[in-house]
Formats: sequence, structure tokens, C-alpha cells
Amino acid sequence: MKDFEYCAPKTLREAVALKAEKGEAARVLAGGTDLIVQLRGKRFAPDRVIDIKNIADVNELSYSPRKGLIIGAGVPCWRVYNDAEIAELYPGLIDSAAIIGGIQIQGRATFGGNLCNSSPSADTIPSLMTHSAVCNLIGPNGKRKVPVVDFCTGPGRNVLEPGEILVSLQIPGIKKNTGAHYQRFIPRNEMDIAVVGVSSQVVLANRGKEFKEARIALAAVGPTPIFAAAAGEALAGQAVSDEAIAAAAAAAQSLATPISDMRGPAEFRTHLVGVLVKRTLEGAIARARGKFVANAVQEAAG
Amino acid sequence: MSAGNGYKVIGTRPVRHDGVDKVTGRAVYGGDTRLSGLLYGQVLRSPHAHARIKSIDISKAQALPGVKAVLTGADLPKTGDTIVDLGEGPARLKYMSDNVLATDKTLYSGHPVAAVCASNVHIAEEALDLIEVEYEVLEAVLNLREAMKEGAPQLHPDMTTQEFGEDTGRTSNLATHFQHKLGDPDTAFASADVVIEREFNTATVHQGYIEPHNATAMWNADGQITIWTSTQGSFAARAQTGAVLDIPVSKIKVVPQEIGGGFGGKIPIYLEPIAAMLSKASGQPVKLIMTRPAVFESTGPTPGSHIKIKMGANKDGKIVAAEAYIAFESGAYPGGLVGAAAMCVFSCYDIANGLIDCYDVVLNKPRSFAYRAPGSTQACFATEHVVELLAAELGIDPLEFRLKNSATTGTRRIDGVVYPKMGCKEVLEAIRDSEHYKSAAPSGPNQGRGISLGYWFNVGLQSACTASVNNDGTVSLSEGSTDIGGSRTSIAMQFAETLSLDVDDVRAQVVDTDSIGHTDVTGGSRVTYATGWAAYKSALDVQAQMCERAAQLWEVEVDQVAFEEGVFSSGDKSYTFKELSGHLDETGGPVIGRATVNPDSGVGGSFAANIADVEVDPDTGKVQVLRFTVIQDAGKAIHPSYVEGQMQGGSAQGIGWALNEEYYYNKDGQLDNSSYLDYRIPTSLDLPMIETIIVEVPNPGHPFGVRGVGEANIAPPPAAMAGAIADAIGVRLQELPMKPSNVLAATQASEGQAALAAGG
Ligand SMILES: Cc1cc2nc3c(=O)[nH]c(=O)nc-3n(C[C@H](O)[C@H](O)[C@H](O)COP(=O)(O)OP(=O)(O)OC[C@H]3O[C@@H](n4cnc5c(N)ncnc54)[C@H](O)[C@@H]3O)c2cc1C
Repeated sequence: MKDFEYCAPKTLREAVALKAEKGEAARVLAGGTDLIVQLRGKRFAPDRVIDIKNIADVNELSYSPRKGLIIGAGVPCWRVYNDAEIAELYPGLIDSAAIIGGIQIQGRATFGGNLCNSSPSADTIPSLMTHSAVCNLIGPNGKRKVPVVDFCTGPGRNVLEPGEILVSLQIPGIKKNTGAHYQRFIPRNEMDIAVVGVSSQVVLANRGKEFKEARIALAAVGPTPIFAAAAGEALAGQAVSDEAIAAAAAAAQSLATPISDMRGPAEFRTHLVGVLVKRTLEGAIARARGKFVANAVQEAAG
Repeated sequence: MSAGNGYKVIGTRPVRHDGVDKVTGRAVYGGDTRLSGLLYGQVLRSPHAHARIKSIDISKAQALPGVKAVLTGADLPKTGDTIVDLGEGPARLKYMSDNVLATDKTLYSGHPVAAVCASNVHIAEEALDLIEVEYEVLEAVLNLREAMKEGAPQLHPDMTTQEFGEDTGRTSNLATHFQHKLGDPDTAFASADVVIEREFNTATVHQGYIEPHNATAMWNADGQITIWTSTQGSFAARAQTGAVLDIPVSKIKVVPQEIGGGFGGKIPIYLEPIAAMLSKASGQPVKLIMTRPAVFESTGPTPGSHIKIKMGANKDGKIVAAEAYIAFESGAYPGGLVGAAAMCVFSCYDIANGLIDCYDVVLNKPRSFAYRAPGSTQACFATEHVVELLAAELGIDPLEFRLKNSATTGTRRIDGVVYPKMGCKEVLEAIRDSEHYKSAAPSGPNQGRGISLGYWFNVGLQSACTASVNNDGTVSLSEGSTDIGGSRTSIAMQFAETLSLDVDDVRAQVVDTDSIGHTDVTGGSRVTYATGWAAYKSALDVQAQMCERAAQLWEVEVDQVAFEEGVFSSGDKSYTFKELSGHLDETGGPVIGRATVNPDSGVGGSFAANIADVEVDPDTGKVQVLRFTVIQDAGKAIHPSYVEGQMQGGSAQGIGWALNEEYYYNKDGQLDNSSYLDYRIPTSLDLPMIETIIVEVPNPGHPFGVRGVGEANIAPPPAAMAGAIADAIGVRLQELPMKPSNVLAATQASEGQAALAAGG
């Protein structure tokens, strides 16, 4: 690994100045669970690494019905799923947070890092997309907001300007009769990267018998995580039925553009999109109806 | 604690002597080696699967501040056509040397082409980027069947095919073709009531040890070289390094460090000569540790295979003939493991007529090496498949069918070996009598059960042991078998048993190559068997010398001294071992027992079997192991916990091989899954607690009846898993790994066929 300068600023203003000064030659360090691996693997050789964890703004984790959920860019996964109120309200986000790596990784890994790393297979991005999350960014030219669905632009690439930093993720409050569910397919039962990941969120109407809204997003089947808008929109106004779910699964499959690699052949991945859209829609519907649906970790624990 | 069978120590489960150091992190592994003035080395590897090296320019790397030496293949001694046998069968020295550092061609991506050492590892890494290698990229061949075709890209233009022991003079990628034949297979097949033939493919897999290869060397100004390394065989490492460096073994001392797994993969050398040469050039000690990608890309995977099995049986359920075609990858250089596969392929059954036809094939992958019962797992997967089909076709219960055909005392294997007393039948009976087998098979949707039977022949070879009696009655044992599975303790137990000592009074340590007689590798399941035997013999030597000391003290003839249950006596006089040890200084000084062994007969093979219950997710093809039992003949389990540990470890590895493990090369011949993220060995969440049943059919060829247990247990799991999957979803796979996409594709194909059949 190449020598680099390590900075740990205490304010956003300092952090932005440090970042802007070096541009692409500086990298932000949140949990470091991607970055340190990448530095050691020589994927990046930055001159400067900016640790943001000492900045108060990025350590915010709060919920209010009006502002919704705010997850600071330095908040590790365990803080999110350990918060009983958040875990109760956002089980579809916890599905993702609870399966990233193992417990040691979750002690450090952040939603923000997962998003800014912008891997097509990132486990939290589909969930952030279906939950309509918005990124709060700050840069030399001030603040701006970008919806997560517009954030990633390619494998490892996103809309961040060279001097910009993610401050937090903002997720709207949960409407009534809403349920969400994320599942990924991996050949083993842990310590794997998604072959395919799918998040579904539904809002039900008519005493849980009808879809009012639905949002579906996919991981690992394209150059970026994919917000399968059309697949979700087609469900709105439809009765909850196996046929409607099957149609949504097929619509999502048609939006997937997977490649074949060591994690699975393309046709297998497309097939899995169908399987997981069905399973996560069913999980989301159950949750919207107030039923408990275990996440992968709860399931493994029995 | 009592062991029964008249044993006091053998069969008990004492705390492992190296346990505290291991669990507290104090044990010194190869990578922990620290010396003053230590430099750090790194190896530059070829990105191309097949290329000619046109030139290497090291000048920029040499000029980087902090770099102490740079090495290329040209710096290694020229080897000519010398043939050497250094623990891995006869091999051309040039091949061994070229695998350490390529000279003219690189034959797989990851092939070492240069090495540097520097004052720290980061500078060494940076220096690698400054080495300029000009390659002429050649067409590569990474598929076994493609490599065998005429006109395939040829790895060694001067390599001629050896056929039936003779040089054909023909050049190709086919290194060796040989056959074993017994009886008259053609006539027997013609007479058989049922004949079944199937074809199989298995992927290249890695041994999957956690500790990467490492070596630290100091080349002293007086020409003496010391090498600290994690190896399965310090003497093999010494011999191979000496051969590659063209220096006598007496100039080299290998100090074996604790080893974090080997499974056959740490028998060959990779870094040792490089570390030595870098030390010679820099005048300082040099340490190298492989990166994980380097371990996958360039150290011994075990071969992928293409196998055809044909077996014929009579209506009464007797197998009358068997035929195998076995082609094995040997990687970039010849000398693969197909010979061992031939010894295992029909080894579980008593078959009077057979033919085994074997091919050793080079292709652009790293040189294949042993992996736990090398060759047996691939062969077992194929044979057991056909055995199951035969039983089904004949309407005989598959376990009964195996029992009916089980190998037994006097069975002549197709490769000619005649079995002494063996535990094959007893292992099958243990399946039948197990609670697991008797319990109802899982009956949920897509659940199923499979059984299988496998074998490994085990080896003997040389071992040495010295035992120094301390004046407090304890014994310090020195031996040369690097300890991978608790063998220090099982060897100490055999010594303690012989002299009725407390096992904690016998401390075994693995010493360097200057401090003990030649000891062959920790491999072939030989250590508890052969080194244990040497310990037993050295204990008898101690006993004889101690009797002499007692005779001196009591002023009687030595034959008047008896030794029983740890007590020396003559008439009314007696000394415990401990008491007599306190009198050594008055009777001539220290007592040192010594023994060497080289058992060429009496090595007892071991059979292992599995019962596997699985559930398949029909939508995704993912297989979950619900319950898994391993049964194995240990001859005599010296330390049952270690035997169980071996059985569980082999099962875990076999399950990984069955389900997910494979080398995944991209179209440019580069390995895309050179990490434990994408090379998927099972995690703890992927396995149930693996249940063990130890069978003990004593080996008549060992003083305590020991059969090595390190390997046979990896042979049956893929076959048992395939059987269980077939029982669950009705599709019997002919390819490893049975990864989700393959299981799903096979299900869809069979549904397609069923639909076609129904429609047509
Ligand atoms: C063993 C292991 C298992 C893993 N398993 C999974 C898994 O199951 N699923 C999964 O999706 N991922 C997994 N990962 C990857 C990783 O843990 C996650 O992507 C994690 O969420 C990254 O968060 P982090 O805080 O550690 O990010 P970091 O490593 O700190 O940063 C990641 C990237 O984002 C940039 N960055 C971080 N924060 C900001 C910011 N505020 N502003 C601008 N840029 C920023 C960094 O510069 C870097 O490029 C695993 C990693 C390991 C080592």
C-alpha cells in the first residue's frame, strides 16, 4: 500500500476543504471496510485519506414522523439495527444492514459507505431506493440533495463531485400499511456478496387487499443497482394476487441486464430476479399487514 | 480416564500439548518469523496464462531506494535434464525450478517471473511495478478435454508422451498414459445382466488452507542456509530447495514453524529458494509471505478431471466387471495425481475383471498437487454414482448392494494390490447400524438422503524419533513430522503407552532438519502410523537401557530385570520409572532412546462413508445440508478427538468441493475468484454439526493397530451429496461443483425432458 496522509477533521467545513484541495486524490474514510481493502489491493492509491467519524453531523441517527429517518454518513450498521424504534419502523432497511459481512464488519460499515462505494451488488442501495431515500451532500459550492435512485452512475461511480462529501441519508417517515423486504441470493449462508438482491416496498389499501403503491429495486444485475420503477408502478391499484406478483417479477426481470461472472451466469441471475421479486413482495405484503417476517439473521438464529 | 482394550493412554482424550499456545496466539507460525535485519520480499507474477518471456528489465526496480536485491529465473542454476524424486515422485528438475521462477515461458497466470526484497513490504511492492517484462502472449488452453486434442496449444514443445512405461517420441500435452487390467473385462461385461456407463467432470479446486505460504531464509557468509517455513515436510523442503539451488542438503537447515493447514498443498516448495537467493544477494535475512490471490493463482490446486465409469453386474447383485477412463489435469507441468486416482477408483469393491485407463494432461493452470486423498474424491464421485444406478436397476437396496460387493481380506484390486485385513465391510455395517441411517429419511418437499463409500490407501515411509529421559522421570521426544492435526500429542501418547507413563510427562517437539533423522512428509496419513511407530520403538529402546541401569544399581544381570506397568523390578527390589530416572547420573549419565522406521508393508488403508440429508431450494438450486454423518475405520484411534477432528474436517472440505468450490477462469485465462469471498469454502453457517462414528478394525501391520485417518474422509462427501440431491429432486448430477446454477439447470433440463416425453 502506498503512503498517504491521514486527516481526521472535526467539522464539515474542514472536511470539504481537505477534500476539495486534493479532489480525486483524496478519499473519504467512513467505516473503512471497503476503502482499506481497496487500498491494500491497490485499487486506489490516494495521497490523502479523510476520516469523517469525528464530525458530529455525520454521527446523527434520529427519527421523527415529520423529518423521517436520518442516518449520518458515519453511523455504523449496528447502531441502526440496535435502535429498537428504527428497527420496528424500518425492517426492510434492517434486512440489508444485518447481512453486511459479519458482526465485526457491521461494527464499522456504514450505509453511506455502502452507497458511496457504489457497487452494483451493494446490499443497502436497493433498500434505500425503495424507501425513497435522499442523499444530503456538501461540497465547496454548498449543500445539495440527490435522490438515491439517481446517485450511482456505474460500477464504483456516482454523482459526487471531486470536492463533495455525503453527510447523511434521509428517509421519509413510514406511511400506514407499508411494508418492505430485502433478500439476496448467495450460494452460502453468510460472508458472500449478492448474486442478486431485491428490495420491495408496498403500501396496501382496501384492508390489505390492494396495492396502493409499490417500489422495487435490484442489485447485482446491471452496472449499478437498478430502480425497477415500471415493475412497481404496474402494481399500483391492482388487487394483491399471485398473478399481479408474477407480472411484477416478469417486469423486473425485463429491466435486469446481468453479466456472467464467478458469482453466477447471466440467465441464472435473471431467473433469480423473478424468484426474489416474488419472495420480497410476499414479505413486504406480510409486513404491511402487520405480520412478523424474519430477516436473514433472525432466520439463521432460529 | 480408562481406554479399555488394556490400554492406559491410547484411546483417551488428553488436552492437546500445543493447545494453549494455539488458543492464546503464542504459537509461532511461519509468518511470525522475526530476525534482526529482516528484509521483506515480494514476487512478480505473470498476468498471462501462456506467454514467452522476451525480456525482463529490472534496472528501475533496482534503483528504487530501499530495494536490496532483485531476482529473475536467470539467476537460478541451470538444471539441464536432471530427474529428481523429492517426495512427489520423479520429476524433471527444470520443471521444478521453472515453477519457482519462470525462465523461457510462463505457463499460467500467477506464474512467478521475478522477485525483489526491500527494507519494507511496501517498497518491495512498489518495486514490482517497476520491473518491465516483455511478453509474447501465446494461445492458452485451460480446458482438460481441449488440452488433450490434437492441435491444442502445446505447453512444452519438447515433452513427449510416456505410454505404458515407454517414450512414444510424440509431443503433445499428454504427459502420461497408463493402464491397469485384471481378469477379462470384455468377456465379463458381455456376460453381465446390467451394464451402466456414465461420464463425469469435476472442477479444479484448492486445498483451502487459511495460512498463506511463507518462507524466511538466511544465507550466511559461510555458505550455510537456514530456512524457516510452514511446510508439511522439512526434509522434503530441504531436498527440493537444495535441488533447485544446486547445493548439497548439508548446507541447508530447514526449521519447520507451526503450520496453518496444508492438506497436501504445502509439500511442494515455492518461496524457499527465492528467499534464499534474495538473502544471498542482499546479505540479510529475507521473509516472503504470499498474498491470498497468489496462493490461489500459483500454488497447488488439485486437479479437475474427466472420468467415464462403466460397471456391469449380475441379477444376483454381484459386480462382475468395471472399467474407468480417468483424465486428470496436472497443471503446467507433468506428474499429476491420476496414479492415485487409479488406486482408489474401484478400491471399495471386490471386482474380478477390470480395466483402468489413465491420462495425465498438462494445461495452462498452476501445477496440480496433492489434496487430502488426492484423486480419490473425483474417482469416488464417479464410481458411487454408477454403483447407485446399478443397485436401482437391479432393485437392490444400495447399502445391501455395497455390502454384497464390499472389498475384503484377499480382494485383489484392479491395480494388483491384494488387501490384508481391511475395514470396508465394517464401515458399511456401521452405516447400517447407525442411528442416523435407521432414523427416517427427511421427508419434506425437496429433501433427500444419500450414502457413499470411499477409500484412501495411506503410506508408510521414513520417520525418526529420539527420546531423552529427564532425571525427574519425564521424557523429551524429538521428531521430524510437522504437526498439522495434533500429532505431537498422538505420538507422545504412543510413547507413553509403551512405558506406562503419564502422557503429560512426555513432551514431543518437532525439530529442525539438523536435529533428527530423515522424516518424510506429513502426508499420506502416515504420521500417527509411522512416526508413532518410531516413538513406540524408541520407547522400547529407552526401556532396554533403563533395565541395564537398574541391573547396574541392583548388581544383577540385565535379563533378571523385569519391566511391567511402569515399574522395573528384580526379586524384591523395584523402582518406578520416575525413581529410576533419578539414578541416571550414578549409572553412566543420560539415557537417550532412538529409533527409525521405514515400513514398506503393513500400511493399512482406511475406508470412510457418509450419510447425508439435504434440502434443495427448487427455485434457486441451493442445497442445504440438514444432517451429515461420517464413518471411518481408524484401525485404532490413538486420540479419538483428533480422529473425529480429521473426519469432520475432511467432511467439511468434501461438502465444499461438492457444492461450491471451483477455479473460475475468465476468457483470458486469469483466475477471477482468487479470494475466500468468491472461492466458496463452507462457513460454519453452511454446515450442521458433523456426526462421527469411529470404526476400529486394527491394522495388523502396526504395533497398536493404527490406520492413518487424515484423508479417506474427503473421498465420499461429494458422492453422498449427489445421492441426497438425487433423492430430493430426482436429478443425479454428473458434474462438480453442484452449485446452485448447476443444480437449477439440471432440474430445468430434466423437467424439459419430462415435458418432452409427456408431450411426445
Ligand atoms: C468481510 C466483508 C464483508 C462484506 N460484506 C458485505 C455485504 O454482505 N454486503 C455489502 O453490500 N457489502 C459488504 N462489504 C463491503 C462493505 O462492508 C460495505 O460496502 C460497507 O457498507 C462500506 O461502508 P464503510 O463505512 O466501511 O465504507 P468505507 O470503506 O469507509 O468507504 C467506502 C467508499 O465510499 C467512500 N465514502 C465513504 N463515506 C463517504 C462519504 N461520507 N462521502 C463521500 N465518500 C464516502 C469511500 O471513500 C470509499 O470509496 C463487506 C466488506 C467486508 C470487508
